[in-house]
This record gives sequence, structure tokens and C-alpha cells, in this order.
Amino acid sequence: MPAAPEKTFFSSLNLKIMKSDIEIIDQIDAYLKGELNQSDMANFEKKRLEDSAFDLKVVEHQELVSHLTEYAERIKLISNMNAIHESLDMISIKHQVAPEAPLIVRLWKKYRINTAISACVAFIAVAATLLSTGYFSKTISSNVSLLRREINSIKKSQNDLIKNINVKPNKGPANPGSFGGTGFALSSNGYVVTNYHVIKGADSLYVQNSDGEAFKAKIIYIDPAYDLAVLQIVDPAFEGLAALPYTFKKSASDVGEDVFTIGFPRDDQVYGKGYVSSKNGFAGDTVAYQVSIPVNPGNSGGPLLDNRGNVIGIINGKQTQVDGAAFAIKSTYILKSIDAIPQDSLEEKLVLSKKNSLSGLSRKDQFKKLEPFIYMVKVY
Amino acid sequence: MKKEIKSSVPADSEIILGILNDSKEILNRLYTTHFPMVLQLVLNNNGNEDDAKDIFQEAVIVLYNKVKTGNFELNSKLKTFIYSVCRRLWLKRLNAQSKTVRNIEDFSDVIPVEEDLERHEEKDRQFVLMESALIQLGEPCKTIIEDYYMQSKSMQEICEKFGYTNADNAKTQKYKCLQRLKKLFFQA
Repeated sequence: MPAAPEKTFFSSLNLKIMKSDIEIIDQIDAYLKGELNQSDMANFEKKRLEDSAFDLKVVEHQELVSHLTEYAERIKLISNMNAIHESLDMISIKHQVAPEAPLIVRLWKKYRINTAISACVAFIAVAATLLSTGYFSKTISSNVSLLRREINSIKKSQNDLIKNINVKPNKGPANPGSFGGTGFALSSNGYVVTNYHVIKGADSLYVQNSDGEAFKAKIIYIDPAYDLAVLQIVDPAFEGLAALPYTFKKSASDVGEDVFTIGFPRDDQVYGKGYVSSKNGFAGDTVAYQVSIPVNPGNSGGPLLDNRGNVIGIINGKQTQVDGAAFAIKSTYILKSIDAIPQDSLEEKLVLSKKNSLSGLSRKDQFKKLEPFIYMVKVY
Repeated sequence: MKKEIKSSVPADSEIILGILNDSKEILNRLYTTHFPMVLQLVLNNNGNEDDAKDIFQEAVIVLYNKVKTGNFELNSKLKTFIYSVCRRLWLKRLNAQSKTVRNIEDFSDVIPVEEDLERHEEKDRQFVLMESALIQLGEPCKTIIEDYYMQSKSMQEICEKFGYTNADNAKTQKYKCLQRLKKLFFQA
């Protein structure tokens, strides 16, 4: 096997070269670490100057070692710093240098307790107010019907001008009436017209004139659709009236026409003056006019007359939330109702007056003439 | 608005001397004195505590390298130097995170430190290179090299630690490891 010794030879040669390299490196290491003695040092320096290849090796090795040293130093420095960092009181340092929060945040931090307390107080105040005013008793579903009721209540708010009467009448029943309104004569033989709502649910009725004389009356016709009722005085004490001074207007009155009314909002007749402010009544009700006239509970059933003394309507209500909006049933509906009364059922004939004796008179005289024909209707 | 940081500040020359002597005490004082300033800078400019730590430690490394290479001329306050380095490093990092800060909020004077940072980058590159070369070297070479060149242990100690029968074997092993490291480091 000739190859084997050759191989051995080469490897031993390699080993030899390596061996010398190892020695060189070892020497350089010793030189770099300053472990060489004086004479070796001198030899080493001399060799470097003479042998440039050796010098290159030294420089190369030196560079690597310096990189290694730097690496080691840096690792040591970092580990030292990490140790220091861990020992720092980070929280207090941070507190010292942390960026200041924006103004709004600082204010919030400072005043949040106050804010919370005042919010609580406000909430309790609101809740207490709502509770005491009964706000919570209305449920949401009743809010819905509340809307409807509002319409209803506005309808209702055409206050039925009924007046509570506490005063004893001079004549007639000893018991004072429960409710009252106004009525006026349709004819001289004792027929009186008033509102249906005035006499609704009445046990007995009395009409009382401006002299304080009360007469028993009975209902002979009602027309709830037009809120009208026709009464007849059945009292034996009633002696009949003079001829009626007013007539009923058959056509519609114009807006802007001056009108007046007489009624019993209290125990005496009260005169009120105004004008027709709209052709139609509440919510477009064509049966009535809207009239701007001061009326009060008790005026219901009072006649509404124009300047010439024509009855153009009968007061029946007013809207509560609106100023100066009273309503009066148009005279044409009064006439319609009268026509609807079966004449056969009447004991005496109902004949409307056709002659107007008020026209041209001053208002004072008109009032004087009208006075006996207007009654307070008392309901028991 | 700006808070002044108050603490007993060691003299700059004292610190330089301490760095040259590898004084742990001086490093400690340097760290505790100047770290709050850097923390303030970073916290006020979109950073957190860890960012401040990284930035500050890098700046200290820059300072150490600068002092140890011997070309440190104290032509500004040490504080200003550290602050300027940190500021530069932080801006760079913000840029890398593509968080552009138009107006960085400053807490100190600033001096140009571009040259120092260029040098630092080169050192940094070498550091990373050496780190990866050592990792690639593997055991036991890594430990032998570290023990001999970095911890300055004698060949005798290494011999005992690794159980080599004689110092020559250890030397051969060290030689082989060194050659491989040379290859990995210079040819990477």
C-alpha cells in the first residue's frame, strides 16, 4: 500500500505546518498579552520588521482580538447597565419627568369628585321633582293615548259654560240648583232654547228671569248633535211674554261682524261684546262660529246677536288654552232644530217672531228690551 | 411646563476618568444622573420606558467607545452630548417605525453628533457580526475563545476545565477554533 505512507507523510507535513502556526499564534497571543520577556520581545519585534508575512499575521490576529475584546467589553457594559437600571426607582423617576397631562385631564382629575357629587345632587333633584309632580305615574303607553286625550281635552276645553249655583232662588224650589246656564225665549208663549249640555242629566229644570222669578220648565226637544235643547215653561205662575223683539238670522254672518251676548255667568245678567272671528268653530266645526267675546261658565245658551238685533247664534263654549276663542252654534241650526220638533207633540204652537224691534236702537236700549227674554236655566 | 431634574451631578471629567478606569461606581452615577433626562425626552415624544432604556444604554455605549478610543474632547457638557446622541437615536427609531414627529419636544441643548453615530453604527455592525460568528462557532470553541480572549484565562485553566490531557492539545484546539472564527468573522 504505497498510498498510506504518502498520506501519512502529507498529514504529518500538515501537522508540522499547523504546529508551527499554532506556535506563531501562541507567540502572538503572548506578545499581545505582554507575557513575553525582554529578549523574546526584541526577537519578536525584529521578526516583524524582517518578515512582512509574519507581520501581516500579527496585524490580522491583533484585529480579531481587538474585536473580541470590544465585544466582551460591550457585553459587560450592557450587563452592568441592566443591573443599574433594575436598581432604579422607576416609578419616582417617571413621576418626575412624565409628560404633564393635558389641561382637561388635570381638571378632570382634580374635580371629578365634585362633578360626581353635583351630578348626583342634580339627578336626585330632578328625580324628586319628577316624582313629586307625578311624572312617573304616566307610562309610555299612556303617553301615546295622552296625545289623543289632548285632542279630547282640547275639545273638552271648549269649557262647557256651566256654572255652579249656590244661591237660593227667590222663588221656586228651596233647594239651590246644581248647575246653570242661560236660555232665551223662542216665542212669547214660553218656549226657551238653551244648550243640550246645560240640561243634560237634569232631574228638573227651572228658568229664572232677570226679576228673579223662577218658573218650572220641561224639556220638549233635544238635539245633542248641535248641542241644542228646547224647553217649555210649564209653571202656572207664568203669564206669557210680550212680543219678541228679535228675529233669527237665516243666513250666515260674516267674519268681522260686531256681536254681543247676554248671559248669566253670575246671578245677574252680564252683557258681553265682541266680533265674529272665524266662520267655523273648533277644529273646523261648521255648525259653529268662532267668536271673540268674553264669556264665562254660565254663558252657555246665551243668545249671540248682531247690531240690528238678529240672533245669529247661541253661545256654547270656549277654548281654554286660546285667548278670545268662544264658540256659538249658528242660528240656522237653531231653526233646523225647531223645524225638527214634531208640531203635533206640542201643547202650544211654537211660532217664531218675524218682527225685529231692536234695529236702530242704541245698545243700552237694546239691552233693556232684551232683558226680560233671557233666562237663567237652573238644573237640578 | 418643563420640570427641572435635580440631583447631584458628578463632574464631567470625573466621569471620563471613571470610564477609562472601568469604574462601576461612575457608571452607576452616570446612569442615575442622566437617565431621567432621556426618559423625559422619550416619554414626551411617543415612547415608553423600555424605549428610553434602549436609547440611553446605546448612548452610554457610544460615550464609552468614544472615550476609550481616546479621541474624546470635552467641548460640550457631557449631559448635552448624551442628550444629543439620544435625541438623534430616538428620531431615527421613530423614523424606522414610520412615526413621523414634526416637532420633537426638547429639554436640553443639542450638539451635532452625526460623526460619532456613524462610528457607532460601524461598531454596532461589528458587534452583531461577532455575536453571530460566535454563535455559529458552536461549543466548545465558543467557550474556549471567550475564556481565553475575553476573560483572559490561562491555557492551563482552560486545559483543566475541558479535561485536555496536555496544554498542547488545548493549544491545538484553540488554534482550530480561532481559525474558524477568523473565517466566520472576516468573510461574513
